[in-house]
Amino acid sequence: MALVKLATPIDEATIRTLHVGDSVSITGRLYTGRDAVHHRIHTGTRPPVDLEGQIIYHCGPVMVKEGDQWVCKAAGPTTSSREEPYQWEVMRDYKIRGVIGKGGMGEKTLAACKEYGAVYLHAIGGAAQVCAASIKRVDGVDWMDLGSPEAIWHLWVEDFMAIVTMDSHGQSLHKNVFEESKARIEAMKA
Amino acid sequence: MSATAQTIDRISPETTLFESILELIRRTSTQLPDDVVRAVTGARKNEVEGSNADFALNVIGCNIGLAREGSLPLCQDTGTILFYVHTPAGYDQLAFEEIATEAVRTATKKGYLRQNSVDSITGKNTGDNTGPGSPVFHFHQWREPHVEVKVMLKGGGCENMNVQYSLPHPALGDRDLNGVENAILDCVLQAQGQGCGPGILGVCIGGDRGTGYGFAKEQLLRLLDDANPDPVLAELEERVVDKANQSGIGPMGFGGKTTLLACKIGTRNRLPASFFVSIAYMCWAYRRRGAELDLSGNVTEWLY
Repeated sequence: MALVKLATPIDEATIRTLHVGDSVSITGRLYTGRDAVHHRIHTGTRPPVDLEGQIIYHCGPVMVKEGDQWVCKAAGPTTSSREEPYQWEVMRDYKIRGVIGKGGMGEKTLAACKEYGAVYLHAIGGAAQVCAASIKRVDGVDWMDLGSPEAIWHLWVEDFMAIVTMDSHGQSLHKNVFEESKARIEAMKA
Repeated sequence: MSATAQTIDRISPETTLFESILELIRRTSTQLPDDVVRAVTGARKNEVEGSNADFALNVIGCNIGLAREGSLPLCQDTGTILFYVHTPAGYDQLAFEEIATEAVRTATKKGYLRQNSVDSITGKNTGDNTGPGSPVFHFHQWREPHVEVKVMLKGGGCENMNVQYSLPHPALGDRDLNGVENAILDCVLQAQGQGCGPGILGVCIGGDRGTGYGFAKEQLLRLLDDANPDPVLAELEERVVDKANQSGIGPMGFGGKTTLLACKIGTRNRLPASFFVSIAYMCWAYRRRGAELDLSGNVTEWLY
């Protein structure tokens, strides 16, 4: 298992060097985007930021405004499978190089990772303080009309840790674990 | 003014109850209960050092400490806010509900709770965690002289993994304990890492669809290391955890030995025509706390 340092924006060649099981440490911009953001992009609205080479973080943070500044109080990953109908399209149309979330994604996203050059990065679900500790600044927010947890927050992170669980070579840890656990549970059936 | 309202004015100054509930919410969101901390940190010894499962459990352990030290939400999804309240007969539950709702508003402003209440049709977030059905109150009367309030914060990721099975089921079996066991393990299989495992299951065998789900969630109020007084259910609980931990799903679904921390099973009588197995999947960030209050709203004892 390698630890790879990534700085956003990321080029396709770098992403193609990553494999399932690699640990990554990310420094740079992350944009949050979850259910409502993906749905709005899917229905034809262009994102308000340039996503090329960027990573979308499936996250609905706890944000509190202190004076003029937004402060991030908690920011772990949300379940990614809900974006399965939309994520491949965002990879194709806006050239994102990765998404961070939890729980993994399905076949459409796995195929898009391979075709367009992207990875799925798994953060530790529920670990909102460990994730927030890597968020050094909140530089802006778009689409606040969707509500704070659903808005696009512009985060600046340093050494944000995640594990590659779906790579651009067609490999998915989630697929492997599901198949293996299915066989084991079947064998233990009462 | 009704007799009940006069009673509450006399015996329960709002500020004391408000402060107690606010503190209870803060503790629930930021401090994982000891029984859960013991279970989740103790699980690390079962995983291979340096594995993804080991990494996940290590991060979880760090997170528990950071949240407690910083008085910050353990998880950004502060979930459905569930109040389970026992009160003596004659206690004004309506006033309690108003004051607790106000405490939720304040806890949201302070950042202990995320803005988590969304209109189901328009998608508009109310911004303060209140609205039709939020927060959730379950009131019960009892013959004790004091008030007991328990709060559970159950995030959306694990709530989405809840399942209700109806037996017999073509793939899972008959209306017996084997069928129940297979249904529970199917829930574990389908959830994989999506419910933020290692998970804890609350299960209800029987009831109607509504009470089954409700009672399954109430099982999560039990202590992780308690013993089910029914030996048949105690054995089933143990068997489910054993088998789940042999499935290889592991923390976060990364693969590994720790898939479930516990399984708590209760029963409700059913109709002859129905046999439901209702399962509430709880994430490792198992936020439930409680307090005993005197009639003035002072905390006399913290629970969990």
